[in-house]
Amino acid sequence: MEHASARPHPDAALLNPIENPGKMYYYIVVGLLVIILYTGFVYVRQLWYGLGVTGMAQPVTWGFYIINFVFFIGISHAGTLISAILRLSKAEWRRPITRMAEVITAIVLAIGGLHPIIDLGRPDRISHLFFNGRLQSPLLWDVASITAYFTASTIYLYIPLIPDIAILRDRGVKPRWLYEFLAWGWQGTERQHKVLDRAMNILMVMVIPIAVSVHTIISYIFAMTVQPGWHSTIFGPYFVVGAIFSGIAAILVLMIVFRKVFHLEGYLKHIHFNYLSILLLIMSLIWFYFTFSEYLTGFYGHEPNEMRVFWYKFAGDFAPYFWAMIVCNFALPVALLCNSKTRTIPGILIASISVIIGMWMERLIIVVPSLANPRLPYPTGIYIPSHTEWMLFLGGISVFILGYMIFARFFPVISIWEIEEGRHESAKIVTERITSYMPDPEPSTAGE
Amino acid sequence: MKWGMVIDLQKCTGCGECAAACKLENNVAIVDSGESEMGRTMLWMDMLTIYEGEYPRLRVRQIPRPCMHCDHPPCTKVCPVRATYLNDEGIVAQIYPQCIGCRYCMAACPYTVKSFNWYKPEFPPGMARATNPDVSVRPVGVVEKCTFCIHRLQVAKEQAKFEARDLREGDFQPACADSCPTGAIVFGDLENRDHQVNRLAHSPRAEKLLEDLGTEPKVIYLKEVD
Repeated sequence: MEHASARPHPDAALLNPIENPGKMYYYIVVGLLVIILYTGFVYVRQLWYGLGVTGMAQPVTWGFYIINFVFFIGISHAGTLISAILRLSKAEWRRPITRMAEVITAIVLAIGGLHPIIDLGRPDRISHLFFNGRLQSPLLWDVASITAYFTASTIYLYIPLIPDIAILRDRGVKPRWLYEFLAWGWQGTERQHKVLDRAMNILMVMVIPIAVSVHTIISYIFAMTVQPGWHSTIFGPYFVVGAIFSGIAAILVLMIVFRKVFHLEGYLKHIHFNYLSILLLIMSLIWFYFTFSEYLTGFYGHEPNEMRVFWYKFAGDFAPYFWAMIVCNFALPVALLCNSKTRTIPGILIASISVIIGMWMERLIIVVPSLANPRLPYPTGIYIPSHTEWMLFLGGISVFILGYMIFARFFPVISIWEIEEGRHESAKIVTERITSYMPDPEPSTAGE
Repeated sequence: MKWGMVIDLQKCTGCGECAAACKLENNVAIVDSGESEMGRTMLWMDMLTIYEGEYPRLRVRQIPRPCMHCDHPPCTKVCPVRATYLNDEGIVAQIYPQCIGCRYCMAACPYTVKSFNWYKPEFPPGMARATNPDVSVRPVGVVEKCTFCIHRLQVAKEQAKFEARDLREGDFQPACADSCPTGAIVFGDLENRDHQVNRLAHSPRAEKLLEDLGTEPKVIYLKEVD
């Protein structure tokens, strides 16, 4: 990297992880690869013997795989959606955050999208979805919307990455062929900038409805059945809110980790955490509002089957998870984030981790209790996930961490050109914008 | 033509003969006791335990529960690959080679009648050679359920065609109806006035399971009257 160090860059801190990854990086990669290989082995075992190696049975026929599917796709809503909203609303503080958020989406979506396939009894027949697919089935809507979201969000990640790849290409970072290929002949001309802006604008507007549709449709998988606890009209928005909620928590955790590991204190300042954590606080309140409405209407309707699921969650086998979810998603984050004394980086970290755990439990509480309480009097047991299911969960998380690490090894996790652009132009643009909001001076006073 | 079943609970003794006959007729896999305790027992015809009243007037009884073959089946609506569908004769049929094993139909069925092949179906030694040749043994990873012994319908139709006549009542009887020692299970065409099921289905004792869901089951129970 002698070539690279010859020219000091104003944003050297952002290029450092790419140019000097360090030994620790490889140790962690090897550790993750071991976990992923073992997960692969466990999955092959499941393919060989059948889904019997999981803890699923009748009547709880959906378990960890579907829970994690909803959970991972939920996390993915952080990225592209938040980044698009921040860009569209011209929030200047977005600049160091958007890239990190978009990467979450791309990686988590790929992992989450694989979960329904892991859950299939016959993954070898996956092509039936295309040749014999029934568009009336919500599962097909899901295939369509997740594919659309994945396509849109990877393009949305790549397009704003091009100028940064060009910076790496010009600095001669290895492997050169990779950067030369991916930079797509970016020279930073005015016309290129114009085209880039245009493409980003189109994608931003497109990606928001797609993202909303994805989690709405995931909720439809449940809401389109007549099962108690699932057949609910507010499930669509409830899932979208939950998804954005868990997504913001995931961004916050990642930002804190990167700030610590890559020493990005100069880029990720307290104000970024402050703004995002207030957004997290608002989402927590909205989430609670939805949860409250969902259960209160169920309780007042007092339909016997609905009530069995209700009490199963409130005071039955699932009560520990239910109340832990309320604490993790509502009580703890609200207590920590309401108070500016605890809205510090450690406080935000605790709140975010608690929200991620709480949102995972929410998915558990939505999927399992409705299945565990069939309408007719069957003998029912409790669902206990097997070693296979735990490993695939852990493996999914490992793939996420590894994917993120590989991305951070080759590409800057904070958009360098957008930061530069911000340095040069933000102040001017914002001043102009604010001036345009201000009431015009009255002509009479101006004349005097 | 709309095949349907009437189960007279006045006559039913809860012996479970129908469940056993069904299991043998349809080559339903026999899972070991550990699996069974997990909740992976495979029964196309199950015996539901119903508790009526409270102690000391508690009555416990077993009632047979096949697939309801709904006219508005919640399971076929959600199937992504049309591996389960309502056929022209009112039977909710399964296409095993098309099933991808997503188990969405199992989650959507309000009667919880479907079973899944968690492992490759296995039979105790000796039994593997005694399976019914008319019914395919399902592969691992697909959903299965009661089909009203649709294979018997095919045989009956062939026979009727061979004898150049229409299908008569009694030509096509599923294994459960055939085996019932008290004649509690009556099977036939619900739309044919000559069939017994048509008359019984309009009995004042007739009721359907979870009727308020609007699934319109074609299995009708005749209430007990004391």
